[in-house]
Amino acid sequence: MSVETTRDETKAGDSPSAISKVSSSGGEPAWDETEETAAGVTLYVYEWAVRAWHWMNALCLIVLAVTGYFISNPLPTMPGEASESFAMGYIRFTHFATAYIFAVIFLGRIYWALMGNKYARQLFWLPILDRAWWRGLVRELRWYAFLDKHPVKYIEHNPLAHLSMFLAITLGGVFMIVTGFAMYGEGAQDGSWAHTMFSSWVIPLFGQSQNVHTGHHMVAWFVVCFMIVHVYVSIREEIMLQQTNISAMITGTRTFRK
Amino acid sequence: MGKETFYEVMKRQGVTRRSFLKFCSLTAASLGLAPSFAAKIAGAMETKPRTPVVWLHGLECTCCSESFIRSAHPLAKDVVLSMLSLDYDDTLMAAAGHQAEEIITNIRQKYKGNFILAVEGNPPLNEDGMYCIHGGRPFVEVLRETAADAKAIISWGSCASWGCVQAAKPNPTRATPVHKVITDKPIIKVPGCPPIAEVMTAVVTYMLTFDRIPELDRQGRPKMFYGQRIHDKCYRRPHFDAGQFVEQWDDEFARRGYCLYKMGCKGPTTYNACSTVRWNGGVSFPIQSGHGCIGCSEDGFWDKGGFYDRVTGIQQFGIESNADKVGIAAATVVTAGVVAHAAASALKRARDTSGERDKTDQSNSTGGN
Repeated sequence: MSVETTRDETKAGDSPSAISKVSSSGGEPAWDETEETAAGVTLYVYEWAVRAWHWMNALCLIVLAVTGYFISNPLPTMPGEASESFAMGYIRFTHFATAYIFAVIFLGRIYWALMGNKYARQLFWLPILDRAWWRGLVRELRWYAFLDKHPVKYIEHNPLAHLSMFLAITLGGVFMIVTGFAMYGEGAQDGSWAHTMFSSWVIPLFGQSQNVHTGHHMVAWFVVCFMIVHVYVSIREEIMLQQTNISAMITGTRTFRK
Repeated sequence: MGKETFYEVMKRQGVTRRSFLKFCSLTAASLGLAPSFAAKIAGAMETKPRTPVVWLHGLECTCCSESFIRSAHPLAKDVVLSMLSLDYDDTLMAAAGHQAEEIITNIRQKYKGNFILAVEGNPPLNEDGMYCIHGGRPFVEVLRETAADAKAIISWGSCASWGCVQAAKPNPTRATPVHKVITDKPIIKVPGCPPIAEVMTAVVTYMLTFDRIPELDRQGRPKMFYGQRIHDKCYRRPHFDAGQFVEQWDDEFARRGYCLYKMGCKGPTTYNACSTVRWNGGVSFPIQSGHGCIGCSEDGFWDKGGFYDRVTGIQQFGIESNADKVGIAAATVVTAGVVAHAAASALKRARDTSGERDKTDQSNSTGGN
């Protein structure tokens, strides 16, 4: 794809910062880049709270997925008297305790979206009225379908990553927290905060408890699929785009190597 | 007849004072009330004129009636029937034909806005309701007519409450739960297939005694009986927490009475009083008999795939699918896709790199500016 086409595309409407200006440096640029995303530039993107949340969230999701699976598909029967083991109890406790942490850091992340830099807000905001964003999304799809030779560089998440992150982490997270606490409230029973705040309206909304369980499972698997793709794409773009991705989530800085 | 009190009716039926008081205290206990309420119930029964109950039968199997007449611990069946002043119930009463249908008309006139309508079964709405005929007319018409003059409606069983098996997909008769047909009257749902006898009598007793509807949850079920799951009070719960499950119907663990969770027991998602009140006068309940709960008091239990699956079916993905099967398949496909994409990316990168190197070599050789 030629640079000219990209320039035309990006001129209309408010374009994302990353592709607002096309590099005018000599020769034939391999990338659609701005001065900000030019080779050698290092930018501070992910603040400490975002990084801390990211890794804690990742750990929570893994623990929740594994314990969640074993709640619906329990381990083989434990030997001995019932009083001698508490296998299911411990698995459920781990799931519930982790779920509380997951929910609390999710709230913390919302707080940081308000307090942090502009990149911290991306997770909670989908610019669906921005035509340039939609065009960017199509370009990303073309890039991943091997139809475009060169990718667009972004300081923040690209539109496709932005969309999938919003669906899986933001909407998925809210869904899991709401349905999860609704089921937790069933065990905690009438009068508990979880029952009052969640079970009392979520269970009737879904018709019955079993439907809430099924929904919780489906979205859990969706989030697992997201995680698989997320890890793959992070590594892939670290190589293909020659920019820091994985270390960016540790140090907070994004460096464009090329 | 109109001004008779409950107690007078019971006395006429030969119920002793002792049995009457026993009934009052047992009812108070089963409603979860303090012992002092036994006297209140007795007082109400002695002074209040009885409220008639009209019991209509729609599309149903009569299992609710079967359960009801076996109520053991309020009292013997004849007493329960007279206590409830069940003035109309086409299955149980001796009258038939026009004589019987007259009773409904009489009650509607005499007790306008002051009788309780109990509905067993539901009205099918397809073909103008012709799939269920009551006295020569579609049941839905009789239901609407009678409900218009009733004080409140009790939806007996899962049929009246949710639709039940006759509403199973594709629901050819369009069997519809009562609350979707009658929208302007208070409706008390007493789901179950059938509901527990003692729960049925207690709900009616509560309404007649206190002259109000018991506290309901958001789905219209009395909280006192449907506020907890089977799982919350199951006597096999320790085995669940310990991780001890029946793995197969005929295994050693089944004989030892371990938790039936893996056999698809719906106790953890079913709101009912089976594990506390139990059945047949407190003799047993399904889990105690070694079979998992099928969730018969929950909405849609008939359309959720096998009764013996823990993670229940999702029709949208084929009849044998459930959330975990779909999820594992999706994760596998995604992983395979990732691997394929990674391989393609590596190939592309290798080609691009060599292409760029060629280009660089070319520009160098032609001698740039």
